[in-house]
Amino acid sequence: MATPILRWCCPGRRWVFAGIGSVSRHGRGVPTGSTSSGKRGQSSVAQQPLITAQKPRKGEREWAAVVGLEIHAQIASNSKLFSGSQVDFAAPPNSLVSFFDASLPGTLPVLNRRCVEAAVMTGLALDCHINRRSLFDRKHYFYADLPAGYQITQQRLPIAVNGSLVYSVCVGKRQSQMVTKTAGVKQIQLEQDSGKSLHDSLRSQTLVDLNRAGVGLLEVVLEPDMSCGEEAAAAIRELQLILQALGTSQANMAEGQLRVDANISVHNPGEPLGVRTEVKNLNSARFLAKAIDYEIQRQINELENGGKILNETRSFDYKLGFMPEPNLPPLLLYDSGSLPTGTDPQQVINIDQLREQLPELPRVTREKLVQQYGMLPEHSFALLNEVGLLEFFQNVIKETRAEPKKVTSWVLNTFLGFLKQQNLAVSESPVTPSALAELLDLLDRKAISSSAAKQVFQELWRSKGKTPAQIVAEKKLELMQDAEVLEQLCRSTLEAHPQVVTDVKKGNPRAINKLIGLVRRATLGRADPTVIKEVLERQLSS
Amino acid sequence: MGTRAVCLGLRALAGGCRGFTSKADPQGSRRVTAELIEHLERLALVDFGSQEAVARLERAIAFADRLRAVDTDRVEPKESVLEDRCLYLRSDNVVEGNCAEELQNSHRGVKEYFVAPAGNISWPKLDEKEPFSHR
Repeated sequence: MATPILRWCCPGRRWVFAGIGSVSRHGRGVPTGSTSSGKRGQSSVAQQPLITAQKPRKGEREWAAVVGLEIHAQIASNSKLFSGSQVDFAAPPNSLVSFFDASLPGTLPVLNRRCVEAAVMTGLALDCHINRRSLFDRKHYFYADLPAGYQITQQRLPIAVNGSLVYSVCVGKRQSQMVTKTAGVKQIQLEQDSGKSLHDSLRSQTLVDLNRAGVGLLEVVLEPDMSCGEEAAAAIRELQLILQALGTSQANMAEGQLRVDANISVHNPGEPLGVRTEVKNLNSARFLAKAIDYEIQRQINELENGGKILNETRSFDYKLGFMPEPNLPPLLLYDSGSLPTGTDPQQVINIDQLREQLPELPRVTREKLVQQYGMLPEHSFALLNEVGLLEFFQNVIKETRAEPKKVTSWVLNTFLGFLKQQNLAVSESPVTPSALAELLDLLDRKAISSSAAKQVFQELWRSKGKTPAQIVAEKKLELMQDAEVLEQLCRSTLEAHPQVVTDVKKGNPRAINKLIGLVRRATLGRADPTVIKEVLERQLSS
Repeated sequence: MGTRAVCLGLRALAGGCRGFTSKADPQGSRRVTAELIEHLERLALVDFGSQEAVARLERAIAFADRLRAVDTDRVEPKESVLEDRCLYLRSDNVVEGNCAEELQNSHRGVKEYFVAPAGNISWPKLDEKEPFSHR
């Protein structure tokens, strides 16, 4: 899986040298807290490149970028990975710290069963091989928020390996087509989170809060199968949805529950892979794609100017900081065929049982939507992309007789449009599924026209408590049911405007719209424009 | 704990895992290069400080190397002495978390935070250290 398959760039995206005049950006660089800022590359455009054996070629060149991701997701559990302190992100500083979390002498790690289950479920959802035997290690480094001086992790033999993450990206001119892609999952491991440090430069000290120290993390390592920021962002988005569907992590990037480090390199297709750099601690979905693309472009510019890519952050490559965790025996997992007899079930984790209990994954939910309701894949993505939207949609479908396609269109266009305009979550919507269902029923029965329906929706949004039927009555929006009255109105309109009638008969295509408009006004908007058109055309041709 | 990690890693390195050069001594004691010393000092925050300390390190490695006298062909290495023990799984309940209260009564604190020196623990730059020659 890790063989460097040479990839061309993302669909439709070509990486080119950004022009001779562009400035190589030092220092200020990526606005995401990257640790390697300030020491980027050694060349700058200002200098003339030294004469080297290979003359740097200028102008358009094909470049391919390779992006791998390391994702840290905080496990949704009541207590920490190796201690019984509470996991809560809104607590006062240092109020959720046990003796073990503070690394006081004489304390020992005790593994939390829920965290192991979360890791196994995530591994199963990503089609990984679950290692029946996995080991814990210590990774040593010095930092104020790591009281033990080491982090307990699973570097050598992690709990799950060799899976894949299937995701989709939008392609095409109008970003309307979806293409499926796969990123290999190298491994999933359990590890401890560190505490938080605040730097007080005024008093030259560091303030440490250990509430987060010891919280369980799932590290998911994705193979370098992505080729640009957009693909990386799409992969992360899908992983987020999977973790949320499983309940193993809330995966909220803004709250630091999901953190991403990206490993990026560029090369010319056909040649070996380039030097990797790492962009760390990306914790915003929007920044992620931009930061990755920025780094790709920076590397291309650097190389095009004859410079070299320096890798500064890999101090762990020497693996001097690792040793086996001596206080934890190997973690053994079982399946239905290998369950040990006579043991406390609380002490046994059965992979097969967890597999049976896996909730429905987003991919499956989307496929079902497409099959059941005939919607486009893009629509199924949109429905799952907003918290609560799918449930809203399904509640409307339950209560209305209108066609699913109509419901889809109303939910994704009108309803979602209003939500976005006012920056509301689905849960804050003033319109309930029942109200929308009732409105769609009125539309379906042809009791009101579609433009009237939009008016009703707007009114529903503004005034709580009124039902669609009430609004229709109040505003007199009911469609005229009496065909005879409509015929009469059309005839009188034709008689009153002979000039327009002549225009129509002459073949002016826009003239008929004028007539329709006139009839609509005469009916006070209570007739369907398409029906009006039919009647007029019939009357005109007779 | 730091030194143990350093020694284990050092043996792996001296065994030629990564790019450090070390001259293999047929008697089993390995030479330790200047770069390696510098690297170790930075990682483990120890200060070898003198030639005598480096010599002691080399003797320590040589001592550990005597393990190689044992024939381990076709014997699976153990990961830890606890290998045959059962790893206890704790239920996901909150049972503790108040240690900070007791600790902070005795230390100066700032708004409930633990206070540490500024920034990361720094290592004096190469030219600031007192030089002593490595072999």
